[in-house]
Amino acid sequence: MQLSERHHEYWRKTLRITGVLLAIWFVVTFVIGYFARDLNFTFFGWPFSFWVAAQGALIVYVLIIWFYAAYMNRLDQEYGVAEEE
Amino acid sequence: MAGMFGSTAGGGGAADNRAFKKQLNKVYTWYTGGFIAFILILAVLEQMGLPRNWIGMIFLLATVGLYAGIGIMSRTTDAAEYYVAGRRVPAIYNGMATGADWMSAASFIGMAGTLYLTGFGGLAFILGWTGGYCLVALFLAPFLRKFGQFTIPDFLGARYEGNLPRFLGIIAAILCSFTYVVAQIYGVGIITARLSGLAFEIGIFVGLAGILVCSFLGGMRAVTWTQVAQYIILIIAYLVPVIWLSVKQTSVPVPQAVYGYQLQKVSEREKQLREDPKEKEVIAIFKSQSDALAAKLKDVPAALAADKDAAQKKVADLKAANAPGAEVTAAEKALAAVPADAEAAKKAWTAAKTGADARARPLAGMPNHAQVFAGDPNGDAAAQKTYNESRRNFLALIFCLMIGTAALPHILMRYYTTPSVKQARQSVGWSLFFIFLLYFTAPALAVLVKYEVFTVLVGTPFDKLPEWIAAWQAVDPALLSVTDVNKDGIFQLGEMRIGGDIIVLATPAIGGLPFVISGMVAAGGLAAALSTADGLLLTIANALSHDLYYKMIDPNAPTARRVAISKALLLVVALLAALVASQKPADILFLVSAAFSFAAAAFFPALVLGIFWKRANKWGASLGMIAGLGTTFYYMATTQPWLRGMFGVTSPIADNIWWGIQPISAGLFGVPLGFAVIIVVSLLTPAPGKATQELVEHVRYPDLRLGKA
Repeated sequence: MQLSERHHEYWRKTLRITGVLLAIWFVVTFVIGYFARDLNFTFFGWPFSFWVAAQGALIVYVLIIWFYAAYMNRLDQEYGVAEEE
Repeated sequence: MAGMFGSTAGGGGAADNRAFKKQLNKVYTWYTGGFIAFILILAVLEQMGLPRNWIGMIFLLATVGLYAGIGIMSRTTDAAEYYVAGRRVPAIYNGMATGADWMSAASFIGMAGTLYLTGFGGLAFILGWTGGYCLVALFLAPFLRKFGQFTIPDFLGARYEGNLPRFLGIIAAILCSFTYVVAQIYGVGIITARLSGLAFEIGIFVGLAGILVCSFLGGMRAVTWTQVAQYIILIIAYLVPVIWLSVKQTSVPVPQAVYGYQLQKVSEREKQLREDPKEKEVIAIFKSQSDALAAKLKDVPAALAADKDAAQKKVADLKAANAPGAEVTAAEKALAAVPADAEAAKKAWTAAKTGADARARPLAGMPNHAQVFAGDPNGDAAAQKTYNESRRNFLALIFCLMIGTAALPHILMRYYTTPSVKQARQSVGWSLFFIFLLYFTAPALAVLVKYEVFTVLVGTPFDKLPEWIAAWQAVDPALLSVTDVNKDGIFQLGEMRIGGDIIVLATPAIGGLPFVISGMVAAGGLAAALSTADGLLLTIANALSHDLYYKMIDPNAPTARRVAISKALLLVVALLAALVASQKPADILFLVSAAFSFAAAAFFPALVLGIFWKRANKWGASLGMIAGLGTTFYYMATTQPWLRGMFGVTSPIADNIWWGIQPISAGLFGVPLGFAVIIVVSLLTPAPGKATQELVEHVRYPDLRLGKA
């Protein structure tokens, strides 16, 4: 079985979006987590890093997954690898 | 009604799926309305004088009966229905089912309590248990759905060409699922006992009956539709008391939006309480208790003899003075309570000293709620070390919980049940959304309860304390105990010992809600524990019947026999787990957390590399799984007190600790090592065959029709 150039391009794009979203995930979780003590300014009553860990990061996680689903489902259509409905 | 959850086997077309979803929407809207009506009717009956233990019993029987009913309606012997619910669960419903599957007794009952006790440090659980779903979405769910078999060991067996990786997968799946299911059944026992007043051991088996009817008759199909029902109950039960508490304190019904200001007030109050002379008095009393015990521990035999003499003398004196019988009995009891020998005395006094030390600290030993990490980066060497280790452990715990989330077989298995790859991707989004609803409420709950305790309870005279304190103290003094330590008749924070598990269950009472809401919260906790137990039992039974028996022992077994064996095994495993749970194993919370590190180290590297790196082969994966799991296990066995005792490890813990990482985060070492071993060994051994490479290509594209693109 031989994959076409289009197939390879699809997979490259998949890897790229995975990498970008993973980087956002990493920054929100571990970079902010590492500097949590320094990011202690007040944010609507919460210390900022407390708010990020309790709500902000969670919202970003949900957005990451939703964006990935929408992006990939569109990519499937574009490259003709979507399932038949 | 029998066809309510789809009695026709097989996938069907898109139109079928849409009609099916519409029907589900109708059923569950009616169901939610029915549940709310049920609560309202019970509330009215309570006002009319229905006794409390009746309300508890009605909740228990109604919910367990409901789950069993769905199980009976969804009974099946078809393999696709039994293992993957016919692969027709719409994304949003699979999201709800995954949410219930995921949120265990620990999430529902334990998490807000942990946040109450540890403040910022507890947020590692919130982050870890949600962020892991990003990894599920990006690395696993769509590809596993495309692969489209029944279990996780299935994937390992097919991708890594053989029974060795499959067998390792079976072992790891059973190891993490079994420890986890014991904890759930334990939770079921506790809640059932609270709800109904039955004994703990009987409670376990009543709950077990509910679990079994459901998964036994209908497998994944019954479990899925029950879990959706359970999710609805548990989320309503969790949100209502918190919203109520928020209205009471801030008159805003959105606790998640306003608790930041409550947190500021809590922080202010913490400053006052740290300086409060009465609190300091209580601390001083515990300090002197600890000092006295330390002095006794210096010379145990002499102190023990002195204690015994004093107790005997008291009994003799009272008897000689013809004191009232009650006083004599009390003195005799005190004499009997004196440790029998030096060994027992040392043990008892050490434990008592640890207890006193824990309470001889400001804020009853809790850190400031908003304080980020312990220690001080600008302080002396010790403070810097504390700060660095606290931060490192916080991040390490997040890492392990996230990777573990993305590797627990009972969660990954759920993504086999959606109709398509597209829906699998959306389904992860729904899963996290439904989990998010509870997880971003838990920190709010912790802060609101803390505000209530700090500002309303502290300073109340003992005879005016609210009724729920006495009620819970009667249930189990280990969960809540209040004593007037400095005998001033006023309640101080230092005089209360509170267990984390009580916070959620007591919230309705703290907020002054009617008892029916307490019953509902307990029923929600029960739903959380039962739904997770269902998913876990199914995972274990499937690993044994599908992977071990059908794929490895008898590949010609007819479908009906496979399903029958799966059901029989389910029964055996459930009884075994109930037996272990009824022994009340000591370190159950540690076991649950350990399951995450095990799953992370065993599955994550092999699964991800199996999809993203064609060159990964059988030997790499097998040795990588062994190395990852082995390292994780070794680190825990040498650093965790309970496991050390079991394996007879005697070298000092400090010698075995690497970079100050706690044993709960042992996966931090196992996961990278697993990746490294798979890569190195794969490169040293021959590449996988052509068929395997094609399988990898197959899972990467939702529909690979060559020539069309």
